[in-house]
Amino acid sequence: MIRFEDVSVTYEGAAGPTVRGVDFEVPEGELVLLVGPSGVGKSTVLGAVSGLVPHFTGGTLRGRVTVAGRDTRTHKPRELADVVGTVGQDPLSHFVTDTVEDELAYGMESLGLAPDVMRRRVEETLDLLSLADLRDRPISTLSGGQQQRVAIGSVLTPHPSVLVLDEPTSALDPAAAEEVLAVLQRLVHDLGTTVLMAEHRLERVVQYADRLVLLPSPGAAPVLGTPAEVMAVSPVCPPVVELGRLAGWSPLPLTVRDARRRAGDLRERLAQAPGGAGPAQLRVPAQRDGAGRDGAARRDETGRKAAAERRDETGRKAAAERRREAAPQGVRPVSALARLLRRGAPDAPTESPGDRPAVVESLAVRRGRIEALRRVGLTAAPGETIALMGRNGAGKSTLLGALVGLVAPAAGSVLVGGAVPHRTAPRDLVRRVGLVPQEPRDLLYADTVAAECAAADEDAGAAAGTCRALVSELLPGIADDTHPRDLSEGQRLALALAVVLTARPPLLLLDEPTRGLDYAAKARLVTVLRGLAAEGHAIVLATHDVELAAELAHRVVILADGEVVADGPTAEVVVASPSFAPQVGKVLAPLPWLTVAQVREALS
Amino acid sequence: MTRDDTEETAAPAADGRPAGRWSVLFERGRQPGDGQGPTPDAAAGRGPRRPRGVAPEANRTNALHPGAWWVWALGLGTAASRTTNPLLLALLVGTAGYVVAARRTSAPWARSYGAFVKLAMAVLAIRLVFAVFLGSPIPGTHLVVTLPEVPLPDWAQGVRIGGRVTAEGLVFALYDGLKLATLLICVGAANALANPARLLKSLPGALYETGVAVVVALTFAPNLIADAQRLRSARRLRGRPDRGLRGLLHVGLPVLEGALERSVALAAAMDARGYGRTARVPSGVRRTTAVLTLGGLLGVCAGTYGLLTAEGGTYGLPVLAAGLAAALGGLWLGGRRTARTRYRPDEWGVRAWLVAGSGVAVAALMTAAASYDLAALRPGVVPLVAPALPLWPAAAVLLGLLPAFVAPIPKEAP
Repeated sequence: MIRFEDVSVTYEGAAGPTVRGVDFEVPEGELVLLVGPSGVGKSTVLGAVSGLVPHFTGGTLRGRVTVAGRDTRTHKPRELADVVGTVGQDPLSHFVTDTVEDELAYGMESLGLAPDVMRRRVEETLDLLSLADLRDRPISTLSGGQQQRVAIGSVLTPHPSVLVLDEPTSALDPAAAEEVLAVLQRLVHDLGTTVLMAEHRLERVVQYADRLVLLPSPGAAPVLGTPAEVMAVSPVCPPVVELGRLAGWSPLPLTVRDARRRAGDLRERLAQAPGGAGPAQLRVPAQRDGAGRDGAARRDETGRKAAAERRDETGRKAAAERRREAAPQGVRPVSALARLLRRGAPDAPTESPGDRPAVVESLAVRRGRIEALRRVGLTAAPGETIALMGRNGAGKSTLLGALVGLVAPAAGSVLVGGAVPHRTAPRDLVRRVGLVPQEPRDLLYADTVAAECAAADEDAGAAAGTCRALVSELLPGIADDTHPRDLSEGQRLALALAVVLTARPPLLLLDEPTRGLDYAAKARLVTVLRGLAAEGHAIVLATHDVELAAELAHRVVILADGEVVADGPTAEVVVASPSFAPQVGKVLAPLPWLTVAQVREALS
Repeated sequence: MTRDDTEETAAPAADGRPAGRWSVLFERGRQPGDGQGPTPDAAAGRGPRRPRGVAPEANRTNALHPGAWWVWALGLGTAASRTTNPLLLALLVGTAGYVVAARRTSAPWARSYGAFVKLAMAVLAIRLVFAVFLGSPIPGTHLVVTLPEVPLPDWAQGVRIGGRVTAEGLVFALYDGLKLATLLICVGAANALANPARLLKSLPGALYETGVAVVVALTFAPNLIADAQRLRSARRLRGRPDRGLRGLLHVGLPVLEGALERSVALAAAMDARGYGRTARVPSGVRRTTAVLTLGGLLGVCAGTYGLLTAEGGTYGLPVLAAGLAAALGGLWLGGRRTARTRYRPDEWGVRAWLVAGSGVAVAALMTAAASYDLAALRPGVVPLVAPALPLWPAAAVLLGLLPAFVAPIPKEAP
């Protein structure tokens, strides 16, 4: 259906070809996944299928790409529109009309289909993607998952034989991602659609793929094969594959189900391993004795202690819950604080709330008539990492906005280092709290990295060179005169992080930090954030990435419809939920290991 | 009204009246079996029944053509321009306001009505302020107040600042301002009731792509504002003040950069979805299209020029008509190049005829009344008399309420 014949693409002004020697064929009705680290040209390969590369982007394409027998050299994208449906990374920049129904019909109108055919296909597609209730809604009022479904629906209605998707689930919460993937699988199985897609979050998609095309590094020839074959050599792989490699399973398991069936002996080995009660929990480092980096024996002990604590904590929590319900409103903050102190380092002396990086009490935020947050309480201790999770639109970003004073509370109080954020001057606030927004580019104004760093030093009132030193630490080998826009997604995140850290805020907030990051960039981010937590920064991250939360967070807070529905240690909260559990947690359940790193440590 | 009486009054209508298009018009989506009375579960499922004579709930199929709303509103506006009687003008404003209140959706454009009302009030206030400070040519005897007059040099004769303010002058300014305000409110009503995107979709085929460009531009403006707000708040995260003009100026460049990037992404998406596909047409047709369109436009220009100059009165009108015809022919032929079809276009149905017709009727009757009895429509200010409500023109204005009964009722906001 899609044929690449020795294709290489060179963009104008580039030193060498972005992709080289691409030569493969996708037969009809297959779901093929394009994998590789960021910057290897996945989007270029996808664009070549729809003809946007090179007709729209410019550059030189050598070799031949044919789709359903049509050569993309002689056919412009608009002439391929009836056989190829393309959905880009950002669904919002895909929409031409303003309501769902019109959007679904737009492609067919362009192709000149008969009105009765259009009507029938719109109705079918509304049902196929469960969009019937949203048919008259303006697109801008939909959630991320709904928008992504509308974007897919809008390219499905002309009945293309090929569907090309660039990162269809990256911006979605786990449940919405599953929804979209279920639709794709149905298309492949029931309608015989050929799907070619690129995705960073392999743990979500790899089990659906028939074949994988791996682009190992920029300009290198792609590797083709079945998912298990390719995953064995791939530099990027989901946790379940990594666990399989660690345990030496062959063929490699791709799904949690496969892995669980093999994991019997691994579970036994782990249970007998020293510290068999569970892995060393991520603990809030007690600052005073430097417990953040203690030895193996100590960690072992803490592991056991943590396990014991966990067992009786449920009981204590229930009791606390009952007390809290019985107590009048005014007493609540005290008990919340007491609970936190008990959870934190037990030997820490009582601190006043003013020393806490963040104290949020029964916070309510309204947007027009919508209550974005209701009676939310959250306290962050120094050195603690908290993951905020929940579906798109649950109020995670609003909570972060309230912590940096972008959103004024309607009721309740927010204290950041003892100051009320929305009443504090921005210049003072940056020394108490820093936020890296969902789109790190929003923070960057200057046209070179050096100018950005100089501006950051000035904004924060820090000594000249502070920011640049941070950048060199986080991002070795970035030239001073690089334009921030030319950085990759991960590099831009690191630069924004350095800018925010220049003021040394005790509280660091990150909104969806792993969106668009590959596994290597994510691993670097995890290392950096762990280091910051060990130095005593409190970190709150809003994320959909369950693997990231499992690796980093001491505590997970789940929001739903603006309310806190769960708040507790990562292992407890995450394992209890099928959609928020990380893959390793699912494979090894009921054992409490959550990440491959923990398992590796326990086995060694 | 309880459900039972509704049934009683509805039943004879269904049996007694011939089932023509008019009876269909006034009844709400009746099922075939309804004449025999509802089955218990059907009645339970449908909730409280609306009384007879109420329009159906709006959906995509029965949506009123946006053009009908514009014709109706312009009809009311024309009527307003024929009179200065404040009672008639107030009646027109009330009519437009009632229809907007009854048939407005919760869409963003529907909120523009409030803005138009405020604008109308501002126009009225400005007209009155001018009348007070700059005087009025109306001779009057009822002195309200005498402001100190600014002495002006001789060459500024005829201009006056300050001086006598008479009741006659104020009333004249009020009537005049009210007329303008009513016109604005009528336009505001059309804006609030007609979906602009759907109006653009009704353009002829050759202009369709221009229409899409305008729709895209319309959706871009809100995005641009959202971007500016986001970047302004991001300034706060850098420790810079996020309020004030400087904050806005600093984010200008990044906002434009973002908008440009999004436009490029959208252009790519539109290209990949077949925007601009053209059908092959014979070169003869293409040339004819070009000749007709260009010639038609030239004809329109020449005809307009002829109409406006004194000596061209004879050839002006025919040339204008011929030019228009040629341009329309060109557009029609040009439409053959685009292969596109339309998904569920708004139909100009019976309801659209009624809505548009009610507006036209108001305009026509008011114009007729103006030629028949001008005095009633333009109450005098010298001598000052209380305006009377002329009965027949007032009844004519009330015809403009028809859309509040025949236009489909918008759904409640989700």
